[in-house]
Amino acid sequence: MDLIWDGLGESIRIIRTGDYSVWEIAVRSILVSGSATAVALLLGIGVGSLIAFNQFPGRNLAFSLVNTGMGLPPVVVGLIVAIMLWRSGPLGELRLIYTPAAMVVAQTVIAAPIVMGFTAAALRNLHPQLRSQLYGLGASRLQMLWLVLWEAKLPLLAAVMAGFGGAISEIGASQMVGGNLAGETRVMTTSIMLQVSRGEFAPAIALSLILLALIFIVNLILTTVQQQERRS
Amino acid sequence: MSQPKLSLRDVRVRRGKAEIVKVPHLDVLAGEVLVIIGPNGAGKTILLETLALLQRPSQGRVLFEEQPVDGRELALRRRMAVVFQDPLLLRRSVADNVAMGLRLRGVPRSVRRQKAAHWMDRFGIAHLAGRSAVTISGGEAQRANLARAFALDPEVLLLDEPFSALDQPTREGLLDDLSDALRDTGVTTVFVTHDRAEALRLGDRVAVMMGGSIRQVGTAAEVFAAPVDEEVAAFVGVENIVRGRLQSLADGLATIDVGGVAVQAMAPSLDSGGEVLVCLRPEDVVLEPARLDSHTTSARNHLRGTIRRITTLGGQVRVVLDCGPTLVALITKQSLEDMGLAVGDEVVASFKATAVHVIPRGA
Repeated sequence: MDLIWDGLGESIRIIRTGDYSVWEIAVRSILVSGSATAVALLLGIGVGSLIAFNQFPGRNLAFSLVNTGMGLPPVVVGLIVAIMLWRSGPLGELRLIYTPAAMVVAQTVIAAPIVMGFTAAALRNLHPQLRSQLYGLGASRLQMLWLVLWEAKLPLLAAVMAGFGGAISEIGASQMVGGNLAGETRVMTTSIMLQVSRGEFAPAIALSLILLALIFIVNLILTTVQQQERRS
Repeated sequence: MSQPKLSLRDVRVRRGKAEIVKVPHLDVLAGEVLVIIGPNGAGKTILLETLALLQRPSQGRVLFEEQPVDGRELALRRRMAVVFQDPLLLRRSVADNVAMGLRLRGVPRSVRRQKAAHWMDRFGIAHLAGRSAVTISGGEAQRANLARAFALDPEVLLLDEPFSALDQPTREGLLDDLSDALRDTGVTTVFVTHDRAEALRLGDRVAVMMGGSIRQVGTAAEVFAAPVDEEVAAFVGVENIVRGRLQSLADGLATIDVGGVAVQAMAPSLDSGGEVLVCLRPEDVVLEPARLDSHTTSARNHLRGTIRRITTLGGQVRVVLDCGPTLVALITKQSLEDMGLAVGDEVVASFKATAVHVIPRGA
């Protein structure tokens, strides 16, 4: 039990003092996962809308692929992205391997299908005549898209939560394509794994507490927005 | 005669191999209310969406003021307004919803507010302006839906069964308000319904749609009194529908002038004078030879007329009479034989005041 209580006490001291670069690591995690979530939102909402709104051969297959993508194992994503970005790989000339950008790419691949799936489900749940009604009111295609997305904003907020949660909590892909380089590509999950492997539980607990607090705060904000929208 | 505002020429709409709409020719005349009536699955909604430029026909052309719409769909849609059966309001305030179409057209906020306020007032929902649209009742939502459409000052208004999900009292109130708004604005209107009473009440012309095709177009009286075929007849009912003018009303008993003949009808809900439609089911008409000195029925109405046509329909006989207005009676073959009636004979057609259904025109 001492291990736990001592670790917790020490972790709070680390959070207060910023030892082990915990705050620098936390900020990098937010930037990397936040960027990945933003790109995933653009891609996911775009592709999710296309799948939800258009009838085309293979639409059911597209839905199945998106649903499969929602459960992609991060290590598999990491492996694929690493091969693509490896110096001798197809995109090696971009020199992205072991950079935060590579981690953004990998986390985007993990988060985008989640956003796509949530978006497609949210838009399919809207009234099937809503788009016709908006066009009938004189909406252009862009105005229609904006209004239906706004109408589906509550489930889309869930997509943001799920996408960000998926990105910031994955470890396999970030480790593989980022390399966990101190001061460069070390994020909370990879750092926690490293500290535990070294037997340094206090900084691992400190980073875990920050990670949990971060996910809680993001979800609290979005849930509050959802509740306010529902009440209005 | 009015010019066509919207027209279809050789229009076909297909879903896969099935042809769900096939309309060789249809004109919606400027300023008229054209009611498209037909059973469920007749293709009415697809037809309306095609007219509203929300569906591209698989074949054929849609004309707006006799010009092809191609490439001008958005601009033309902004000269029209569509009201569907479901109000489809957005998760915003009622006022924002009513002003939504104006906002999409880039109308300045002050004008939006003014027009929205006017039409919310007209449809009796001004007190709901600040309420979230998701918290109002179905009837109130449909009022907001109508206000949203009228706020656009559309040149063409297209309504797809807007009252079919509403209860009878709510529907009656909304019908009155819609009827007033249509009369005051004179907007060219296409109204889709499966309800005959709505068609009779609102329509200048009625188009009967069945199996994806327009089977008959004409005035309400023409379409309901003289269906072109058995299928249409089965749908609209074989009824006597004649225009009349209310002469007097006492204790719910209306006396109506129908082409110079006085018809009495129980019409307790009638509260104003003017033009009415007198509807009478043919099976409610009793015939007697005119040679009889007294009437054997207690009915209030006894019209003298001449038999113009007799048609046998199985065990029943359809007798067309000229009583001033044309009247159709449905009697048994046995009765016809017992009375020894034939074409050219004079008869007295009797029917009860309670059997007469009176619909105010433009109420």
